[in-house]
Amino acid sequence: MNQISLRNVLPILLGLSLLVLSMPRASAVTVAEVKSPSGITAYLAEDHTTPVVAISFSFAGGTALDPVDKQGLSTLGAGLLDEGAGDLDSFAFQSALDDQAITLHASADRDAIQGQLVTTTATLADGTRLLRLALNQPRFDPDALERVRREVLVNLAAESEVPGHLASRRLFTDLFGDHPYAREEAGTPETVAVLTRADVQAWARTRLARDRLLIGVAGDITAQALAGVLDEIFAGLPTTSPVAATLPQATVSSAPRIDRVVRDLTQTTIYIGAPGIARGDPDWYAATVADYIFGSGSFSSRLMNEVREKRGLAYTVRSQLAPFDYGPVMIVSAGTRANASEQSLAVIRDEWAKMVNQGPTAKEIEGAKEYLTGAWPLRFTSTESIAGLLVQIQHDHLGLDYFERRNQLINAVTLDDVHRVAQRLYKPDELTVVIVGRAPTAGAADVAPLRMPPMRKREPE
Amino acid sequence: MPMSLRNLTVLVGSVLCLLTGPVAGQQTGTPFTGPVFGAESFTLANGLTVVAIPNHRAPVVSHMVWYKIGAADEQPGKSGLAHFLEHLMFKGTARYPAGKLTDIVARNGGDQNAFTSYDYTAYFENTAVAHLPLMMDIEADRMRNLKLDAPAVNTEREVIIEERRMRVDSVPAAVLGERLSPSLWMTNHYGIPVIGWEAEMRGLSREDALAFYRAHYAAHNAIVVVAGDITAAQLKPLAEKYYGAIPKTGDPAPRVRSTYLPRRADVRVVMTHERVEQPEWSRLYIAPSYNVGDRVDVHGLEVFAEILGGGSTTKLYRTLVVDQKLAAEASASYEPDAISYGTFSVLLTPNPGVPVDKLEAAYDMALESILRDGISDADVARAKSRMIARLAYAKDSPMKAAYEVGSSLAAGLTLDDIENWPAAIATVTADQVRAAAHKLVATASTGTGILLPQPQAQGAGAAP
Repeated sequence: MNQISLRNVLPILLGLSLLVLSMPRASAVTVAEVKSPSGITAYLAEDHTTPVVAISFSFAGGTALDPVDKQGLSTLGAGLLDEGAGDLDSFAFQSALDDQAITLHASADRDAIQGQLVTTTATLADGTRLLRLALNQPRFDPDALERVRREVLVNLAAESEVPGHLASRRLFTDLFGDHPYAREEAGTPETVAVLTRADVQAWARTRLARDRLLIGVAGDITAQALAGVLDEIFAGLPTTSPVAATLPQATVSSAPRIDRVVRDLTQTTIYIGAPGIARGDPDWYAATVADYIFGSGSFSSRLMNEVREKRGLAYTVRSQLAPFDYGPVMIVSAGTRANASEQSLAVIRDEWAKMVNQGPTAKEIEGAKEYLTGAWPLRFTSTESIAGLLVQIQHDHLGLDYFERRNQLINAVTLDDVHRVAQRLYKPDELTVVIVGRAPTAGAADVAPLRMPPMRKREPE
Repeated sequence: MPMSLRNLTVLVGSVLCLLTGPVAGQQTGTPFTGPVFGAESFTLANGLTVVAIPNHRAPVVSHMVWYKIGAADEQPGKSGLAHFLEHLMFKGTARYPAGKLTDIVARNGGDQNAFTSYDYTAYFENTAVAHLPLMMDIEADRMRNLKLDAPAVNTEREVIIEERRMRVDSVPAAVLGERLSPSLWMTNHYGIPVIGWEAEMRGLSREDALAFYRAHYAAHNAIVVVAGDITAAQLKPLAEKYYGAIPKTGDPAPRVRSTYLPRRADVRVVMTHERVEQPEWSRLYIAPSYNVGDRVDVHGLEVFAEILGGGSTTKLYRTLVVDQKLAAEASASYEPDAISYGTFSVLLTPNPGVPVDKLEAAYDMALESILRDGISDADVARAKSRMIARLAYAKDSPMKAAYEVGSSLAAGLTLDDIENWPAAIATVTADQVRAAAHKLVATASTGTGILLPQPQAQGAGAAP
């Protein structure tokens, strides 16, 4: 009942694994590389202020590696890892976790299979054992498989008509065409229905291999203790996998396009996609600054100001850089009332063009840098978030000292850098637009923002 | 996988139940002895309550201002006003005008936002501790000096209506909830949506907002919570300097709401929706809260919710999902943090092909069986142990701690209630759990919500 309405919305790009590592001022966190006796390495941020340990891990190669007729395989497989392992069936395994308040979960996104163990120091030994079992000896009992399959199917059905999902799925199809990134991360009802136990067993054998493994650990554990823990959990995994973890580079669509998904909704959902910038690009930090100014800077962004604050056209409007490994994109999303969708789209397009025509000002750039650097320490406020960041910086090859260097990288961005990257990124004639909402009606001109048309029906249509 | 999916349905906004965590270093299963958060509180001369929750892992703080005023305090016909005012609070003051307010916070590396519930309205800034004085200055200033001009109010009204379209109109389950709640709660304001009825939102004026603001935004009606790299001793002079300057305009008073409920009834709302493919079933029970009813029952129900539906090893999931294979999801939760009544709720998602009425009958049977002889002493001991073990993580994140403590205080709990919660839970007996559960099921008005696809809905959702 205490339903809460947040003033600002949570990120709505479902299914995007974005790690907009927006970072700022030197953190107080020191990172070390730990190597176990058997050669497993991890980044460790040791911190004994709370008796909590988080172990994050990631295996390169995610849902985009799932065969087209087995879409959903990684999602199902990851979902089954905590459903019984070794001599513990699902109930025994879940009980072992819940009774000690140990959290263990795994999931898959387009680029990786990832997971996290969060435990207290007191329960670390049990947590370690359970994670070892989950990765090395998952049971995939038929009962559990069928149960989780039903859960996936029910979730697919539940989200099938959610406007943001409809928009996101269509946008990925439009942007990526035949590339595996266009596939459904959790599968389709048809593909999920035919996945077998043998499929999932083969998935675990081939995809959970050490040659694609990254580990980040934070919290109340020493390097010496961690070395033993690493071996216990990960040393038994196959050294290499017969399945390549790489994908062909995607050609992100840059042909202008408007794609409508017609639904009788009072609010129109607009998603706009375009080619983005790779995480390793030298201009990444300049792009981060530009994106903040454009639309990721919450109440400070141009999009928020123009669309919401000045015109009241939307509750949410934002942009994101989504640096997928094999096809980075940028995405704008907005929800706007049905009869103002053309107006909202026009305002967004206008702002897109202005990023090129009237590039960010020195003052805007200064403001962006102040936020991005000032808010960096906020990333280091929970053990689990630090562990996750440690995996990310390895994935992005940023180095042990990145937490310290990151704000310098932001501060080094110049006005010229931002203008250069804006010219390169913001191409208003290359936008893929997906509109989920009512079909446009002839002559239905948009009304001024402050005068509303007759009320829409409140009852479900 | 389950995890993420299952946990999704668990209560938003319940404080103690949400706790993923606190405390340091105790063995699992051992009764939790120390305070959960280690919070300290003091009161300023003007009546403002201030709470410090030290956590020195990072040089940051979460600064939150909780007003003991929410949607359930709105006058008839003014639904949505508390939330509308929350938005308008970002329109600024003479010193921190609109735009500048958000700009200053952002330029100091702060994340800020606000949210509204039935019983409270809260504003927060997460920021480096060095900028805490600035954030306090901003919040203290807008506690009394808000300025609103008519065009900004009119534009923002469109924004909240758009928010309503996103949160309610676009979400069939939320549309159903808006039909169910008024039937269940009748005259109690918990039946009216926090966001407001659209027609009433359109009528909310600048004057309405300012009147609500002047009546309720004051030092004696607010709680400031600061969690992070600070101690109470460090916080006190800052609080005196910034918030202490606000004049005293009243005294903190207990919040009293009508506890009137009409005669017990079980109401049911069935809704078919063209954009629904997956049916859902939910049942709400009007329950005691920390402020209404017997505290023994409250703790008993907290344990009962854990036994019944607190995870994939608990009774509903075992019965309906694992054994009978009728449901894909089954969870129960209890929200006792409320000025008026609390809510106990059960959420079930039928498996493909399972009729909802069959699932409902199975739930009723399972519940009956559990109430008859299904709650053992061992069940209770295990549930309590789990609930307490989770507190081991409460101190890990200052943001989470500030939210947990602030929302509980704003819902009428005391700091002692919060800090000593594990001790209270530890004393709950199996008899108390059974008694509380029986009383709930035997006496509570219930609301059952059923969301269904349209019959023969091929290509559900395709519009003309």
